[in-house]
Amino acid sequence: MSQANQELHELAKKEYEHGFVTDIESDTLPPGLDEDTVRAISARKKEPQWMLDWRLEAFAKWQEMTPPKWPYLDLPEIDFQSISYYSAPKKPEDGPKSLDEVDPKLIETYNKLGIPLEEQKLLAGVTEATDVAVDAVFDSVSVKTTYSERLAEDGIIFCSLSEAIHDHPDLIKQYMASVVPVTDNFFAALNCAVFTDGSFVYIPKGVRCPMELSTYFRINAQNTGQFERTLIIAEEGSYVSYLEGCTAPQRDENQLHAAVVELVAMKDAEIKYSTVQNWYPGDETGKGGIYNFVTKRAECRGDNSKVSWTQVETGSAITWKYPSCVLKGDNSTGEFYSVALSSLSQQADTGTKMIHLGKNTSSTIVAKGVSAMKGQNAYRGLVHIGKSADGARNYTQCDSLLLGDTCGAHTFPYMEVKNPTAQVEHEATTSKIGDDQLFYCQQRGISEEDAVSMIVNGFCKEVFKELPMEFAVEAQKLLSVSLEGAVG
Amino acid sequence: MLEIKDLHVSVDGNEILKGINLSVGTGEVHAIMGPNGSGKSTLSYILSGKDGYDVTAGSVTYEGKDLLEMETDERACEGIFLAFQYPVEIPGVNNTYFLKAAVNAKRKYQGLEELDAMGFMKLMKEKMPIVEMKQDLLTRSVNVGFSGGEKKRNEIFQMAVLEPKLALLDETDSGLDIDALRIVANGVNSLRNEERSMVVVTHYQRLLDYIEPDFVHVLSDGKIIKSGDKSLALELEDKGYSWLDKSA
Ligand SMILES: Nc1ncnc2c1ncn2[C@@H]1O[C@H](COP(=O)(O)OP(=O)(O)OP(=O)(O)O)[C@@H](O)[C@H]1O
Ligand SMILES: [Mg+2]
Repeated sequence: MSQANQELHELAKKEYEHGFVTDIESDTLPPGLDEDTVRAISARKKEPQWMLDWRLEAFAKWQEMTPPKWPYLDLPEIDFQSISYYSAPKKPEDGPKSLDEVDPKLIETYNKLGIPLEEQKLLAGVTEATDVAVDAVFDSVSVKTTYSERLAEDGIIFCSLSEAIHDHPDLIKQYMASVVPVTDNFFAALNCAVFTDGSFVYIPKGVRCPMELSTYFRINAQNTGQFERTLIIAEEGSYVSYLEGCTAPQRDENQLHAAVVELVAMKDAEIKYSTVQNWYPGDETGKGGIYNFVTKRAECRGDNSKVSWTQVETGSAITWKYPSCVLKGDNSTGEFYSVALSSLSQQADTGTKMIHLGKNTSSTIVAKGVSAMKGQNAYRGLVHIGKSADGARNYTQCDSLLLGDTCGAHTFPYMEVKNPTAQVEHEATTSKIGDDQLFYCQQRGISEEDAVSMIVNGFCKEVFKELPMEFAVEAQKLLSVSLEGAVG
Repeated sequence: MLEIKDLHVSVDGNEILKGINLSVGTGEVHAIMGPNGSGKSTLSYILSGKDGYDVTAGSVTYEGKDLLEMETDERACEGIFLAFQYPVEIPGVNNTYFLKAAVNAKRKYQGLEELDAMGFMKLMKEKMPIVEMKQDLLTRSVNVGFSGGEKKRNEIFQMAVLEPKLALLDETDSGLDIDALRIVANGVNSLRNEERSMVVVTHYQRLLDYIEPDFVHVLSDGKIIKSGDKSLALELEDKGYSWLDKSA
């Protein structure tokens, strides 16, 4: 797919030769959640006592909490006792032997997305491909993150969170849950108790990370909750761009996905976090999709720091996600660029929170929602300007595009301005893909399907241009494929 | 090339075209004039395949095929081009990108190899002088923020690039200033040839000064009430439509 991924493949191959994958036992915990589950997860991961204690404390707190009620979602009752909380990768011999054994519909989508054959095998879990493990969170156990050697030359740490717990306990103790506290919300607390793995990134002072760091996530065992945690720390004057996600659709039974992502930017540091997310959305009735509850938050801890979230969301049956920035440092900047697509019976409730605490902090929000078929899209944004945030500025632009009459778009902007010197600007538009626009394109010979994807991509352009180049190309393709059959 | 027989068209149950008969031969230029609301745009929409119009009677044959059976994009690929009275804005879609998609859709349909970026740029360079197209308009989103005249010029530029067999020009002259009218009309004229037919909808003789029609038709209340040669347009300019109503 890309040069970076090719590198990954090669590196990953090497890891395999070193026998890394072989020491992972393939096992899945039986469904259910109690203290013993938490102990079992920690034990399987051979965690130190302090980590287990931390998990148990979080679990105790979670038991006293209830799921949020306010999102604009039709939330099914989730039975937390019916979910299995730990699953190691299936053994290679359990997977399909070749692509011929994989659901042809899935292959068709891979082909439309232009995913190379080798990568298709990997994504579909085909046996012969297991020697090409991309830096993937394979079910719950993170296959060793790659690049590491090269990055280590700059003092950069890029590894799985499990490894970081063993190798860098001081950093973990110092930073984990320092941005998203354990009791922040129901799903975050649950994650603290049962998180399985994720990524850890540490960029030392003054270092500009020489490549985009990327991770593929996947879920492939049935009825397995996926609880990832990611922690990125950018020390003074450093820079990193991190890519999360995968354009290939992930098919599965209804699955709970409750991730936590924490970013810390110190003085003059910059973190760019891009996500292209395409969990399996379920069928037309919403059956079979993934429930995606994610807590993503960044803290601009130092002066002049900057965090930029860019996301393209097309998957999941239900998405509940608000990447946020806490702007503590003076002159710090938070950005949020988002495209959320809800088609079929998908429900998305996404947005951001910009919390201005430092002086002259500024934030930009550009949220684009596309709804088709029976999709429901809600934007929920909070701009909070604290008492001390003299000269804070926010610009919010929130645009919705509707395809057809059966879908919906809703916006819920919240503003809390406690400082009179703040400047807050909000613009919102809702438009329908006009029959006139479609006719105009078709009159020029462009097919209806191509016309729709052209118009939608045009609508999302301001966000796509924030994505790293090749990710942007993939995102566009993904949007087109996701919209197929959505009109007409 | 185009044969319209007793065409009746309704929108939401209201009959708008009430029995149109029109025959356009290869290489011919027909002008259609007529009062506001008489159905001129409706005719161009029904020929190009816009949704929402019901054909209640009659037929349209294009190059021997039943035109009304064809999809909108198929008609375009078969060589029908409509220069819109009100060109449509498409935010975020680059004008050049749009035109390249259109050219390649057509080429694909014709079984030709699609043009790459270089090949397409060459084609653009070749066509730009025809309507003195400004580079700047090509890099902006399709019609977004274009002035009325710029939109019309863009339509004819697209026509030059897409090289249709049958061009329908709906009030291409309206919104153009005097210089632009000359440039665009001369552009259209230079695209005139023995294989290309045109149906030119206009209210004014000024356009027909540049694009001399072979035939002029007057459409009134959904019917062609008079046809003639180019002198009919001059007569109309002089006397107005009421003259025809009385004589009809
Ligand atoms: N979608 C529609 N619904 C209802 N009436 C319509 C619709 N489209 C067109 N009409 C009516 O049909 C008639 C013909 O319209 P049309 O646009 O074809 O006229 P025209 O001859 O092009 O006029 P002009 O010279 O002003 O451009 C008008 O009375 C118009 O109001
Ligand atoms: Mg008209």
